[in-house]
Order: sequence, then structure tokens, then C-alpha cells
Amino acid sequence: MLTYILRRLAASAVLLLVMSLLVFVGVYAIGNPVDLLISPEADQKEIERVIAALGLDKPLWQQYLIFLERALSGDLGRSFAFHTPAIDLILSRMPATLELALAAMLIAIAAGIPLGLYAGLKPDSLIAKSIMAGSIFGFSLPTFWVGLMLIMLFSVHLGWLPSTGRGETVALFGVQWSIFTWDGLRHLAMPAFNLALFKLSLLIRLTRASTCEALLQDYVKFARAKGLRMRRVVGVHVLKNIMIPIVTVIGLEFGSVLAFSIVTETIFAWPGMGKLLIDSIQVLDRPVVVAYLLVIVIVFVFINLLVDLVYSALDPRVRLAPGHAAG
Amino acid sequence: MALRFLVAVLVLVFAVCSHAQQIAIGLGGDVTSIDPHYHNLTPNNNIADHIFGTLVQKDERQRPKPGLAESWRPIDDLTWEFKLRKGVKFHDGSDFTAEDVAFSIERTGKVVASPGPFTIYTKQVTESVIVDPWTIRLKSSAPYPNMAIDISTVQIVSKKAAANATTDDFNSGKAAIGAGPYKLVRYVRGDRIELARNDAYWGPKPHWQHVTFRVLTSDPSRVAALLAGDVQAIENIPTADMARLAKDPNFAIFRTVSNRVIYLHMDSNRDNSPFVTDKAGKPMQRNPLKDARVRHAMSKAINRAAIVDRVMEGLAIPAGQLLPDGMFGTNPNVKPDAYDPDGAKKLLAEAGYPDGFGLTIHTPNNRYVNDEQIAQAVAQMLTRVGIQTKVEAMPSNIFFSRGSKLDFSFMLVGWGADTGEVSSPLKSLLATYSKEKGMGAANRGRYSNPKMDAVLAQALATVDDGKREKLLQQAVEIAMTDVGVITTHFQVNTWAVRKGIAYTPRTDERTHAFGFVPVKQ
Repeated sequence: MLTYILRRLAASAVLLLVMSLLVFVGVYAIGNPVDLLISPEADQKEIERVIAALGLDKPLWQQYLIFLERALSGDLGRSFAFHTPAIDLILSRMPATLELALAAMLIAIAAGIPLGLYAGLKPDSLIAKSIMAGSIFGFSLPTFWVGLMLIMLFSVHLGWLPSTGRGETVALFGVQWSIFTWDGLRHLAMPAFNLALFKLSLLIRLTRASTCEALLQDYVKFARAKGLRMRRVVGVHVLKNIMIPIVTVIGLEFGSVLAFSIVTETIFAWPGMGKLLIDSIQVLDRPVVVAYLLVIVIVFVFINLLVDLVYSALDPRVRLAPGHAAG
Repeated sequence: MALRFLVAVLVLVFAVCSHAQQIAIGLGGDVTSIDPHYHNLTPNNNIADHIFGTLVQKDERQRPKPGLAESWRPIDDLTWEFKLRKGVKFHDGSDFTAEDVAFSIERTGKVVASPGPFTIYTKQVTESVIVDPWTIRLKSSAPYPNMAIDISTVQIVSKKAAANATTDDFNSGKAAIGAGPYKLVRYVRGDRIELARNDAYWGPKPHWQHVTFRVLTSDPSRVAALLAGDVQAIENIPTADMARLAKDPNFAIFRTVSNRVIYLHMDSNRDNSPFVTDKAGKPMQRNPLKDARVRHAMSKAINRAAIVDRVMEGLAIPAGQLLPDGMFGTNPNVKPDAYDPDGAKKLLAEAGYPDGFGLTIHTPNNRYVNDEQIAQAVAQMLTRVGIQTKVEAMPSNIFFSRGSKLDFSFMLVGWGADTGEVSSPLKSLLATYSKEKGMGAANRGRYSNPKMDAVLAQALATVDDGKREKLLQQAVEIAMTDVGVITTHFQVNTWAVRKGIAYTPRTDERTHAFGFVPVKQ
């Protein structure tokens, strides 16, 4: 088990290196950040001076080697736009995104699995049909539109919830959290629901399909023939067996919610990482873009590792051994 | 019982009053730093106006007025003397003196890794001489008529608080000590800036005791925040929401012409320009854009009124020169070309292109108000007179890098004159490109006209305001009759405010909390 984890981590290191090179070259190819950042009134000499001050006058390979050397000592560079260490910038935005992502996943799981299970167990009932029809909306309506409609309804017309922004925060372990204040929760409700909607629909459909399939399996028939109560059949035999695909999807979706909640963050002016990424790409703030994507790769690696570990807990057939790795 | 009632009323009145003295304002651009010398960026400068303040301030039309300096004058060709305001205190209670001015000017060149330094406005100052605590002389190596205008961009920080301070120290609030009307309470990057009134401010006392600037860069969200009452004012109303907000009795709209002109730059220098072709799409022997008659024809082919009416929904003013009427150096005789497609065709025929030619217009699609749609309209209008024009739109991060590498033949760009006078666009856009002279840095069409260069150079060395203005007007006339660039329209700056509050709209796109005042209804 330990060798397995170590091997996975070694592979991730290679992944990080390749990723950093790709992003580095990619951002370089788009253009020169100084053209965007400097005041247009600057003359040629000023422009050159700024290019040199940001280290952009050196050839690309040299810039990359300097970056690698510093990265190995834990310094991912300073943002061109903010002059703050890129990693600090990202970590300072992370709690906002993390609580948004957690709240969204919580909503998706707490509502999605029971609804999907119900729809799978009683596929012909009217409620099940409405659930499935509703999930189509969750799938197909664009996030930004739903977000704006939520704002129009709950903030502008009803005036129940604040339209945008993050609420009051309290410090816990040196980090600012808004989920522990009433004002914070009121601000969180709409963006979290907006972000959850797609995952919710996904989980409903996935759970329903898996449930339908599981119900036809011999072990379920046998359990029922044994005279077990329905509650136990569903709670133990069905649920445990449908959890594997669901856990995979939850894991992957959590990663993507964390990394790419950009649309929701933009609409609700939520000061999270996604908004930082978009802003940074717009001004070609390379240190931030590179550091951001590296952080995201690490997050994905950990989530996948975690998913694999959960597999082995759920399904005794899955063994985490080198060569037979799942996932 | 009566007493209780009285207390309740008092509490209520107090609550209403204290609430009434707070304002939340939605900003359209992100504030990247509180350090006023770190990055010359409109949202940053806007916040700095609240906390710090400059020697020379600018009014809502960007005309200079006394700020931390009460008066200024040239004492010889190479020296300007500034008389400072006495008795001004910084937020920490220390006195404001000439030392702070000298320190602030020097600091503009010392900010580490500044992506947009203010040295473009201070590099001509060769020496600061402190005569006494309230008199400072700034020297230059050549006559420097724009001294006061340029110095109006430099925010004054406290030497005591900011000596050795880094940009981070300003962001944390530690070094953010100024003499401005507001004190920094909290800066949450990408989210909000909270300010509290400085009751010891030297100037008129602002109405709002507590100000929250919210960063709401997404257009629909900014409008929604206003509609929902989360903010009381927003800047930069999206054109699509204008009509709706104008009809709503709960809101008032304030607008004024902007210092930002939208213009079309043509490659008028190279013999073979990459995106100029004949009608079959083949490269041409000579570049028609070098011919002033062709450029003039293009200007006549553009229906500016239609762009303003249809694309900009009225939120623009047709432009025939680089700055709106009345700003320093603009020429009252230069008017926008009238829409005249037949005249345009005639001019094209005269220049030897009776059948027109092919062209591509490049435009950013996320930089100016409705930029891509304007380019589409321009392309259709040019195609109508025979110049078959294609549109290629791209995000500004690609556009400006490619434009500066001279990848384009014809492009749509905007120019906001931060200094509020016409030498800014003349120097950067129309003067012949020269690295040694520091001219034409943004001249992406490489337009060149020695006559204009000579007049401009003379203007830039003339200290007398009256004479300089005449020379600048002359330079404007030369450049615009030669159609160095085609100006299409000036943007209009807009603010939407909850009923009962008024704002003094500004040409320089700044949103000052002290510019909002309650009105009697």
C-alpha cells in the first residue's frame, strides 16, 4: 500500500514538471504582459525598463530555468499584477473557493443520492418522473443564466438574499471563513446552489441508473428471497454496490468544482480562486497562472488518491497493489 | 413611558442617520494595490485619490486646480516652484511638508517590479530643491511646460510612514498613511475596499462617514447589486441596461463625455502591409493606406451617427479629433467628417482605386465598450464603398501584443488621455516612432508627418500656456486633416445612483466617494 502511494506521488512529480513547461510556454506564446499592464502613455524606454524589471527580457528557456530553480526551493515567483507571491495570492483566495465547493458538493450529495435512489427504486412513479425531468433542466440550463435568474428572483424581486459578494468572515486557524456567520451563509446560499445544480443532476441520473442495474443483480434478488426487509436490501446491498461509480464522479467533480468554478464566482463576485485565474489570464500574469495550475494538479492527484483508497474500503475486490492499481 | 418613547425615537433617528452616512459603491475594475506608486491603473489611482492626494488636483473636466499645493509657477525655463498648503496633517497626525513631496517623487522610481511605473510623469524632474517646509522647486534639464499636469498624477505619501515600505506594507494598511479625505480601513483584494472619513481633512468635508467600494467586474452582477440595494451606486452602466435603468424611478443616471476616444489606426508606413489585399485576396503592389486620400475616403465612409445611435445606444459622441471639445489643445475648427459614401467613392477613384481593395480590421473584444460590434459596423460601412473589410476580433491580451509587433494593417483601439490635454495622444499615437526621442510609442500604424512632429516638438518646449495651446491646436489640425488616425467616437462615462443621491460625473472615469452627495427630493 505504501509503495503504491509512493509510486503515485513520483508519477505526479513528472506530471507537475510537464504541466509547468506547457503552461509557461503557452502563456509566453499569447503575448507580452507589459503591453497590457503598462500605461499606454509610457514611451519605449520605460517599456523596456519594465520588461527588464519583470525579467521578461531574457530568452524563454532562461526564464524557465530560473523559474525551475526557484520553484525547487519553494518560490513560485511573484505576480506581475499584484507583486504578491503567487502562491500566497492563491492560498488567500482558496478558503473562499473551498467553502463554496464544499457547500455545493454537500447540496449535490445530500439531495442527489436520495432523489436518484428514489427514482431508481420506483421508476414508474410520478415523483420519479418529475425528478428525472427536473434533472434535465439542471443539466441543460447554462450556469450563468441560472445564476442571474437566482439573483433576479431572490435579491432583486424578493429581497431575501444579498445579490453578490462574500459575507462577514471569522478567523479560524488563521484563515478567514464565512461559513460560520449568518451573514456569510446568506451570501453563500445562491452561489453554492448555482454551482451545485449541475452536479446534483449528474448525481441523480448516475444514482438512478446504478440503482436500476443493481436491482436486477442476483445478490439483490437473493437478499429479497431471503426475506430481508426492503430497507436493509437498499441500505446495505444496493447502496454499497452503487457507491463505486458515484464516489469516482464525486471525487472528480469536486476537483473540477474547486478548480473551475469560474462562471459562478464571476457572476456572484465571489472572491475565489477561479476569478483570480481568469483575471490573471487576462493580463498574462504568468507566475499566477503557472502556480494556480500546479496547485490544481496537486489537488487532483490527492483527490484521485483518496478516491482509490475509498474504493478499497468499499469493495474488497479492489487491492491497492503496484501493477493492479485501480483508477 | 414618554421617556421610553423618546429614547426609542432617538435610537431610531440615530440608526437612520448613521445608516444614511454609509455608502456602498460598485466598481467595474479591480483594484490591484493600495500602493499609489505601484501601478498606474485607473481603479488604483481612483482609490489613491481618497487616501492620499496630489499637489495639483483635477476637476471633473480634468482641469488643474490646487490640491496639496496652493499655487505653482515657473520661476525660470527649467524650474517650477510649488507653494504647499500649510497646516495639513497626515492620517497619523504628523505634518505634511516639502520633505514628503520630494520623497514621493523619488519613490515613483524605486518601487520594486512595478508593471506600470509613474516614472513616465516624473523622469523629467532632475532635482527637487526644498526651499522651506512649504516651498519646493522642481528642476528639469529642458523646458517642461507640462510639469504641473504630470505632477498631478503623483500621489503624496508620508515619508515617515512609507520610508522603506514595500507594496505589501501599503496593502496591509501599515504604510497607507496619506492626507486624503478618507482613511483606509480594510483592503480585501478582489472583493472590497473599506474607507472611513478623515475628519481632519484640509478640504471640504465629504458627506459619507463610511464608504465601501465593492469590486463587481461582471456587468450584469454590478447592475443586479444596484437593483437589489446591496450598493447605492455603480460606475460603468452596461449599454444593454441603460434604457431600463433610465426608466426606473428608483434610480438616477449621471453621465459625461469621457477622455477616451475610439480610433482606427492604419498602417500608413509600409509598402506591403500584411492585411491589405486586392479584391481577390492577393497581396498588393503598393499600400493604399499610405495615400491620405484613401484614408480620408475611409473616414467619410464611416457613419459616426449610426455607430453612436445603434451600436452604442446613444452612449457616445461622434469624434473628429483626439479629445472632446474644450479640453486643452483641442481645435474648435476640426469637426468629424460627415457621412458621405459618394464622396468616399470619388476620393478612392481619384487615388487610383475605383474598385476599392480588401482589408482586415483587427479589434479587441473585451477592452472597450462594444468594441467588436463597432468594428463590425465599420467593416460593413467600408465594404459599402468598395473596401471589402473582414473583421478579426480577439481578447486584448493577444491584441495588444500583436498590435505592438506591427502584425496588423488596420485596427480599432481606444485612447484615454490621463493628463487631460492633447499632447498625450499626439505624442504617443501620431508622432513619428522614435525610441531615442521617446515618441510614438503607441503609434501602431507608424504614421509619420515631419510637419506635425516639428510643431509638436515646439509646443512641448513652450512654457507659456496660451502659445502652447495654439501650437497644439495647429498640430491637431495637421494630423487630422492628413487623417493620421480616424477617430470614431468618444465614450460616455456613466454612473447609476439610487434616487436621492447625486454624482458629479467626471471625464477621467474616476468614481470618487466624495463626489456623491444626497439631494433634497
